[in-house]
Amino acid sequence: MAAAESYPDDLKYHPEHDWARIDGDEATLGVTWFAQDALGELVHYEAPEVGSSISKDASYGEVESVKAVSDIVAPLSGEVLEVNARAVEEPEIVNEDPYGDGWLIRIRMSDAVEVDALMDAEAYKAHVAEQ
Amino acid sequence: MEATSLSRTPLYARHVALGARMVPFAGWEMPVQYAGVIEEHRAVRTDCGAFDVSHMGEIHVDGPTAHAFLQEMLSNDLDKLSDGDAQYTLLTNELGGIVDDVIVYRLGHGAYLVVCNASNRAPVYEWLKEREPRGCEVRDASDEYGLVAVQGPRAFERLGLEDKPAFTHELGELDGIEVMVSRTGYTGEQGVELCCAAEDAEALWDAVLARGAVPCGLGARDTLRLEVCYPLHGNDITPETDAISAGLGWACALDTDFTGAQALRRIKEQGPARRLVPFVMEERAVPRQGMQIEGGGEVTSGTHSPMLDRGIGLGYVPAGSAAPDTELVIDVRGRPRRARVVTKPIYRKEQ
Repeated sequence: MAAAESYPDDLKYHPEHDWARIDGDEATLGVTWFAQDALGELVHYEAPEVGSSISKDASYGEVESVKAVSDIVAPLSGEVLEVNARAVEEPEIVNEDPYGDGWLIRIRMSDAVEVDALMDAEAYKAHVAEQ
Repeated sequence: MEATSLSRTPLYARHVALGARMVPFAGWEMPVQYAGVIEEHRAVRTDCGAFDVSHMGEIHVDGPTAHAFLQEMLSNDLDKLSDGDAQYTLLTNELGGIVDDVIVYRLGHGAYLVVCNASNRAPVYEWLKEREPRGCEVRDASDEYGLVAVQGPRAFERLGLEDKPAFTHELGELDGIEVMVSRTGYTGEQGVELCCAAEDAEALWDAVLARGAVPCGLGARDTLRLEVCYPLHGNDITPETDAISAGLGWACALDTDFTGAQALRRIKEQGPARRLVPFVMEERAVPRQGMQIEGGGEVTSGTHSPMLDRGIGLGYVPAGSAAPDTELVIDVRGRPRRARVVTKPIYRKEQ
C-alpha cells in the first residue's frame, strides 16, 4: 500500500523532491512522498556504487515506475557509504515507506555547510503546493 | 499541453470521480491509472478489469461494393468472415507498410465496422474515404459510440455472459443497456468489448463496475498487451514497417490482391532484413522505446512486467539475431544490459 502524504519535520528537503536526514557528518537520503506519488509504483532503483562520490544538485541514480524513469538528485555532496539493498530488491518499499525503510543511500558529507541551503519541512510543503 | 485541445470520452466525468490520473494520449484526455498500474494489471490476470476504450475509432463501411473494397484495402482474407464474425487485419500501403492494425466486424451482408486505433482515426478514415468506390459509403461514426473492454478470467461470469468463441460478436443487452458484445480484447485474457450508444456509456460503465470489474487505465492496458506481445501501432508497427518483418504474416492473405501484397510477397520470399522480436531482460533494467540494441536493433516497446517482475519488450533486430534464446545487449541510458529473445507470448498463464 502507498503511504499517506507526509513531510516529516526532522528532515531537510531539496526542491527536486529529495530528503536528507542529517546525523553528525553523515546523511541518509531518499525521495519525498511527492516524488514517489508522481512516479507511481516503483519497479527499479538504479543505485550508485558504494565508495563513489555524489555532488549536490547532480543525479546520483534513477528510480523507475512502469511508465517513467526519473533521475534522483543529490541534496548534498559526499561519499556513498551504503546503498539500501532492500530498495534495490523491492523498489516498492519506497512507495510504502519513503522516509523509513525506503531510504536510498547513506553518505559521508563533504561539505556540511550545504545543509544550510536545504529547505525545512514548512518551506518544502509550500514548494510542493506550488507544483 | 492545453487541456482544452484534448478530446474527452463520454466517461470522462466517471474517471475524474473515481480519482483517476488523467493524461494526454493520442489527442485524448484518458485515465492512465486509478489505484495503480500493477494492481489493475493483476486484477485483469486473475479476475476482471474494465477499460474505457471509447477513444478508439469506429468506421462503418456499407454498401453492395463494401466487401470487395475492404478485401482490397485490408491484408487478411475477408472471405473468411460470416455475419457475426470479427477479424484482426491490417490496413496496408503500397509498400506493405502498416497504416493501422484494426478489427473488422461483419455486421451483415455489405455491412462492416472497422475499429481502429484512436491515434489513427483520421488517417484510416481519410485513407478509406479517398479510395471509396461507387456503391459503398465510408462513415466515421466514432463519436456515436461508447466502448468498454471487460477483460479477465472472470469477465464472462461477472457479466453473466455465455462463453463464446473469440472473434465473434452479437447484439445483446447488459442490465437493460443495448450493446454489441464482441469477444475481442487487447490483454491476452478472455473477455469482451462492449459497444453502446455514446449516451448509454455512463450507464454501461456503472453496470460493469457494479458487477465487480476493476477500473483499469491505459498504463495496465500497455503492460497487459506487451506481456502477450500484441503490437502497438505507432511503436512496434508503423507505415514504415512491413507486416512480414513485424511477424504479422499470419494476418496477411498473400494469395489475395490487397494493397501492398506484392511488396509483402517479395519481402517474404527474400526474407526480411530485420524482425520484431519479444525479449526479456536478464539483468535488472526497464527497457524503453527508442533504446538501441547492440548490432543494429532498436527497442520499440518496453516496460516492467508485473507478472514476471522483470523488464520486457519488443524490438527490431537483424534477422540473424531473431531466433529465440539469442542474447541481446540493450543500451539503457549508457549502461549495457543483457536481454534474451523469447517466444511469443512473453507471459503465458500456467495451466
